[in-house]
This record gives sequence, C-alpha cells and structure tokens, in this order.
Amino acid sequence: MIYWQIFLAFFIPGILGYGGGPATIPLIEKEVVDRYGWLTTKEFSEVLALGNSLPGPIATKMAGYIGFTEGGILGSAIALFATIAPSLILMLALMAILMKYKESPQVKNISKVVKPVIAVLIGAMTLQFFMESRLLLGSLQTIIIMIVSLLMLEKWKVHPAIVIGLALVYGGLTGLI
Amino acid sequence: MIEKPMDKEKRKGIKAEEMDQVKDAKMRDIFMAFFRIGMLGFGGGPSAIPLVEKEVVGRFKWMTLEDFGDTIALANTMPGPIATKLAGYIGYRVGGIMGCLSAMIASVIPTVILMIMMLTVLQTYKDIPWVQSMSNAVVPVVAVMLAVLTWSFIKQSKDSMGWLKAILLIVASIILLEVLGLHPGILIAVLIAAVFVPFKKKGGE
Repeated sequence: MIYWQIFLAFFIPGILGYGGGPATIPLIEKEVVDRYGWLTTKEFSEVLALGNSLPGPIATKMAGYIGFTEGGILGSAIALFATIAPSLILMLALMAILMKYKESPQVKNISKVVKPVIAVLIGAMTLQFFMESRLLLGSLQTIIIMIVSLLMLEKWKVHPAIVIGLALVYGGLTGLI
Repeated sequence: MIEKPMDKEKRKGIKAEEMDQVKDAKMRDIFMAFFRIGMLGFGGGPSAIPLVEKEVVGRFKWMTLEDFGDTIALANTMPGPIATKLAGYIGYRVGGIMGCLSAMIASVIPTVILMIMMLTVLQTYKDIPWVQSMSNAVVPVVAVMLAVLTWSFIKQSKDSMGWLKAILLIVASIILLEVLGLHPGILIAVLIAAVFVPFKKKGGE
C-alpha cells in the first residue's frame, strides 16, 4: 500500500504544479507532511535546504529522496516515475497539437492564470517556515539570519549552496557554544 | 569495377556497424548534455533553462533557437517539473525512446543519489545537539528562498495580467485555499477550465 501512497503523493503535485519543479514544492509538502505525515515541517525544510544546495531539478531530488526513505529503492523509483512520467507523456502526446495552437491566447493563458495560485501556495509555505524558525531559534535570530541571507542571495548574488553552507556552519558553531 | 556480392555484404555489415556507432555516439551526446545540465544547474529546473539552451541549441544544434523557444513556451503550459519535461522531449526528438530515457536518467539520477547520500549522513547524526543546531539554522534560509520564489511568482502574475487582476486572483486564492481550505487542485482545474470557456464561444461564432 505504501507504494501506491508514494505514487499518489508525487503524482498529484506533478500534474497540478504549473511553473516547473519549484512550483510543486508546496504541493509536495501538502502531501508528504499534511496528508501522509511522513515528514515533519522541519524535516521537510532540511530536505528542501539540502536539495537547494545541490544542483539539478528540485522536484525530482525531493521525490527521489522522500520515496527512498519511505519505500527504499523501489519507493524512490516510484516517486520519480510519478513525478516525471505524467507530465512528460502529456507533453509528448500534446506537443504536435499544441504547436498548431501556440499563438492562441488561450494556450498562453493556461500557465499565466495559475501563477497567482502558485504564488499563494508558496507564500503560505514561506509563512509556515518563518513560524517554524521562530519556534526553533527565537524571533531575533530568525530575523537576523533571514535579513543576512536575503542580502547575500539577492543583493550580493552569493551562490545558494554557499549561503546554506554558511548557515550550517553558523548553526554548528552556536550549537557547540 | 565490378563488385563481388561478398564485398557488398561486407560493406553492408560495415555500414550497420557504423550506424550503430553513430547511434552510440548520439546516446552519449544526449547523456552528457543532460548530465552537464543537471550537475551545473542550481536553483531547480527553471533556472537550468539557459544551460539547456547552451547544450541543445549552441553545442549540439539539435534545435534552432526559435524551435527551442516554442518548446519552452509550450512546456510551460503543461504541469510538472520543467527540467524533466524538456529533457524527455528533446531526448525523444533526437534519439527516440532510448534518447528520452538517457536524457532522463542523466538529468535526474546523479543528483538524487547525491541527495540520498547527504541526507542519510545527516539523519545518522541528527541527535547530536550541534548537528541539530546546524539543521535549525537552515530553516530561516529556506524561508527566505521561498519568499524570493513567492515574489517571483507574484511578479510573473503582474507581468502577464497587470496588478489589479493579479492582486484580485491572489486575494481570492488566499481566501479559498487558506481560509476555506479548498484543495489547490480544484482551484487550478477551475481556472484552467475558465480559460477555455470563451475559446469555445468564439469557435461557435
């Protein structure tokens, strides 16, 4: 039964997420944290953080890893299949038809109209991680780390892997003191 | 010169062998192209699109730039991760089903293995206090990354439909999803259906 659950948990985000892998993150969280309880919010944030510090598509990294922890190598393969196959098959099947209608405003509108919904979903997740962080580190530390990492990521364009690495070092050092 | 039948057959054999070699080389190209894209692209699939372009249009010339642009635009009208959609589709166009599979494996498997290794190590030591403190410190960074991503989606909404419509849709989504607890799938399905309603009317005219 676990394999069927793994399939569903990644199939649903895969067919609902418009805007690429990052847009599917809140949908994955909804399944694996809220519905199935395989991970806590904090564990999910660890997976997401490490996923962000590694190269490659994010949705498959998360699926591959969570599938692995819940169902071993077969679980990992099923999670990957559920993430990739439906949208790829859709794309291969519909490409010829869509090419004909590529100038149609309706086809262009599909992804546009979904963007605000994705914004809300990711926004809600942001808030959730903010609250979680306040619980773990307190408000002051949370806000300082957030401001510093925002400046590094957006203003100074530091590589995300380095920012995550520095956060790990900072956490390790404050944990030792 | 008169060819002997044996020579002909020999040549046929050589030709088939050559074709196999060409095919193998193509598979290797597909694999390496998407392996490089997977290993060099940070920040998820969408940020790897320029890398895909560099390999597919620039290095291997499997597609023209225009073709590639159309492919991206249409891939965006479909759900799911963009990196694997592109890898699978381009791999298929260049090398059939085997091409599709090698592009897929190259772009997904290496990073999944890395991920499993790193997180397994972290899980093993997670009860040590300073390791726990390490993973705690990452939570606010993730919050910032998500906030940035949220902002990029808000901006994209604004760019395509203007502030007024974007804000209206965002507020409506907040009420439906977060206050009333509607499943996002239902909302997304309804919105897509709404896009096609006027299309049908036009067709009938």
